[in-house]
Amino acid sequence: MKNTKAATVKSAKAIPFYRIPGFGFVKENMGILIGFVILCVLLAILSPVFLAKNNILNVLRQVATNLYIACAMTMVIILGGIDLSVGSIIALSGVVTGGMIAFDGFSLTAAVAGGLIAGLAVGAFNGFVISKTTIPPFIVTLATMNIARGAAYVYTGGQPIRVMSDSFNFIGAGYLGEIPMPIIYLIIIVFISFLILSKSKLGRHIYAIGGNPQAAVFSGIKNSRVLFFAYTFSGLMAAIAGVVLASRMFSGQPTAGQGAEMDAIAAVVLGGTSMSGGLGKIGGTVIGALVIGVLSNGLNLLGINSFWQYIVKGVVILIAVYVDFIKKSGKKL
Amino acid sequence: MRAVMEQVKTLQETILLEMNHIKKGFPGVQALKDVSLQVKTGEVHALLGENGAGKSTLIKILGGIYTLDEGNISIMGNPVEIQNVQDAQKHGISVIHQELVLVPHMTVSENIFLGREPVKAGMVNFQAMNSSAQELLESFDLDIKPDDRIGSLTIAEQQMVEVIKALSFNSRILVMDEPTSSLSDKEVNFLFDTIRKLKKNGVGIIYISHRMMELNQISDRITVIRDGEYIGTKETQCTSSDELIAMMVGRTLTKYYTRTFNTPREKVLEVAGLGNGKLLKDISFDLYKGEILGFAGLVGAGRSEIMKCIFGLDPITEGTILIEGKPVTIRSAEQAIRYGIALVPESRKKEALFPVQSVKFNITLRSLQKFIRGVFVNKEKELAVTREYVSSLSIKTPTIQQLVGNLSGGNQQKVVIGRWLATDPKVLILDEPTRGVDVGSKSEIYSIMNELAAKGVAIIMISSELPEVINMSDRVQVMCNGRISGCLSHAELSQERIMQLATQHAQQ
Repeated sequence: MKNTKAATVKSAKAIPFYRIPGFGFVKENMGILIGFVILCVLLAILSPVFLAKNNILNVLRQVATNLYIACAMTMVIILGGIDLSVGSIIALSGVVTGGMIAFDGFSLTAAVAGGLIAGLAVGAFNGFVISKTTIPPFIVTLATMNIARGAAYVYTGGQPIRVMSDSFNFIGAGYLGEIPMPIIYLIIIVFISFLILSKSKLGRHIYAIGGNPQAAVFSGIKNSRVLFFAYTFSGLMAAIAGVVLASRMFSGQPTAGQGAEMDAIAAVVLGGTSMSGGLGKIGGTVIGALVIGVLSNGLNLLGINSFWQYIVKGVVILIAVYVDFIKKSGKKL
Repeated sequence: MRAVMEQVKTLQETILLEMNHIKKGFPGVQALKDVSLQVKTGEVHALLGENGAGKSTLIKILGGIYTLDEGNISIMGNPVEIQNVQDAQKHGISVIHQELVLVPHMTVSENIFLGREPVKAGMVNFQAMNSSAQELLESFDLDIKPDDRIGSLTIAEQQMVEVIKALSFNSRILVMDEPTSSLSDKEVNFLFDTIRKLKKNGVGIIYISHRMMELNQISDRITVIRDGEYIGTKETQCTSSDELIAMMVGRTLTKYYTRTFNTPREKVLEVAGLGNGKLLKDISFDLYKGEILGFAGLVGAGRSEIMKCIFGLDPITEGTILIEGKPVTIRSAEQAIRYGIALVPESRKKEALFPVQSVKFNITLRSLQKFIRGVFVNKEKELAVTREYVSSLSIKTPTIQQLVGNLSGGNQQKVVIGRWLATDPKVLILDEPTRGVDVGSKSEIYSIMNELAAKGVAIIMISSELPEVINMSDRVQVMCNGRISGCLSHAELSQERIMQLATQHAQQ
């Protein structure tokens, strides 16, 4: 009994400490946050333009589409899965939207809805197959990655579909006040994803399934529904990215979004989400994506050849994941 | 000095291993405060203590997984330093961990020589590997071939492969951590025969188990530790399980089983003619409010399978389930929960816990609706729910943010029970509720069950521990081969009666 009392008292003391807003966030992401701050300070010293308002908005705009996808990817990876099809969905939803306007004369709203539904459908298909079978998500989404990319090529005949419309262009290139539209969407998506993962029942179920799928079943969680949701959500986020990119480029391009899945995965992993599932946070993913965005922006500002940028990106991912690994294995012992 | 005196006393019994005043702390916990252990050659030395007492930490220090903060270790009188697993192996120490660490898809010989395969011209020499494995297997009279896949062996055989693997390092000191937790009686006997052979060869064995009966059978001396401190060492022949339990829990357990029987009246659950088209046939029983209905039988008799059917995890092909008189169809666990059924499954690790998540997460997972509306979390309420069960079940945890994986088995089990109590169940199914749980927590779980029954919860308890079944149940359904072979009232209960019904098919 003595012990129990002591335990309760201790936990009572510990609560307020954990509840300082943002404390948990900083503590969990300490490594990457320090890296991020150092990177920003360095760039601010090396390049006078780095901290200019326009450059910051520019970085955020570039980060935005990656983060739409990475938010959903965080959920998918926490579930112990992966979604490789998102890059192709970008292309597919972009060309569907472009095509519906340019070829079929649909209204802008209908065309955007069409593009989003195309992505949603691919995601739902992924989710359906993954939740109803035991085929690994890697294989399922590898297949749909090819199918969706192929569909985009077939639909366009391999050529970009030009859409010269200011109202279409506004979606991806417009401003609300001084803030670019993609950043507005970004804030909404990050907020929704955060609510889902950190606040909702669904979120708890996602962590549960990723941590121990069998125990989740025994707890009365419908694993298949949760899986279906995550992949469908992933498809929808990729579709939003697709429409935004198409709008910014005045055209639906079948080659758009190549490698986007890897950028999203990199952001998620940099943010400390475990590839084996069960652990991860949206906050981490946001930082992860910012690191990637700031890094390539910085390298551009410093005039470093874009070929080198790939190598730098790879090395940074390795370092970040290694630091995380050291931190975690240190904790265990 | 002591070592010298012992040597004088009996020449054969030299002191093999001495661990003196071992201290080890982790951030936030002092796992070992002052523990000593001494093992003689050819001795089976049992290490006894509740979960969380520090047994595993001590073993991990010996095995080179942790390094000690203070204290010293000597082997055959020579002080040794154990910094890592390789050091431990070099000094002839092998540890057989509680969970088997074999690779199921690989063969027996590949597993035995994993990481130190014989190499010829840069390639693994499979012939040499198989023939030395063959020799080892033969020396133990085992009917296993070196190229059998581990996955195709029984658990007992796998356990033996672990033993052989451990011994193939020419170990002088062998640590066995709960080696019998998943073995049948016959397999246990086989393991004990092996242990006796090892004793003859002068191997010193540190044996960890919670089963008192086993310790009587196999151990020479018993060392008890509690809360990271050395309590005492007893000759097995000169002690009693009462004395040992008192040493372990630090007080005399006046009442191990708490149970006040009442007369149940209201029927909550009625199962009639249930079958699953596979093992289960014609399962019928009633369950009343406030009773504990035991389910006894051999492993594989179909007890857990019935519960999975009732809980909606497995489909039923025939029969009906009535809850409070109304027929229901349960197709998923979610539905079962809505009807007020809760299931604490057999395997905590596999089927219940989320080890990387906190105590809070694990307790509240099934009762989120109490404090989450959409995305609005009522944190006060969430904490209240968690605290309620942490204190009412006396879960010992530093904070409710502690990861469940770091708690002891008994406390993990209480967390799982708490999760289900938070759903306010009418029917609580407990499948082997005290497996892998220390004596103190066991007694606590019994009194929790008793309280729940008194409050009117109908409890089904599957258990393979006959004393537990006999002392806790109002009635017992005995199962044999997928059927109920008999129902015994509390007055009729005896080990013999239960075993007779459980093995009916063998006798026919």
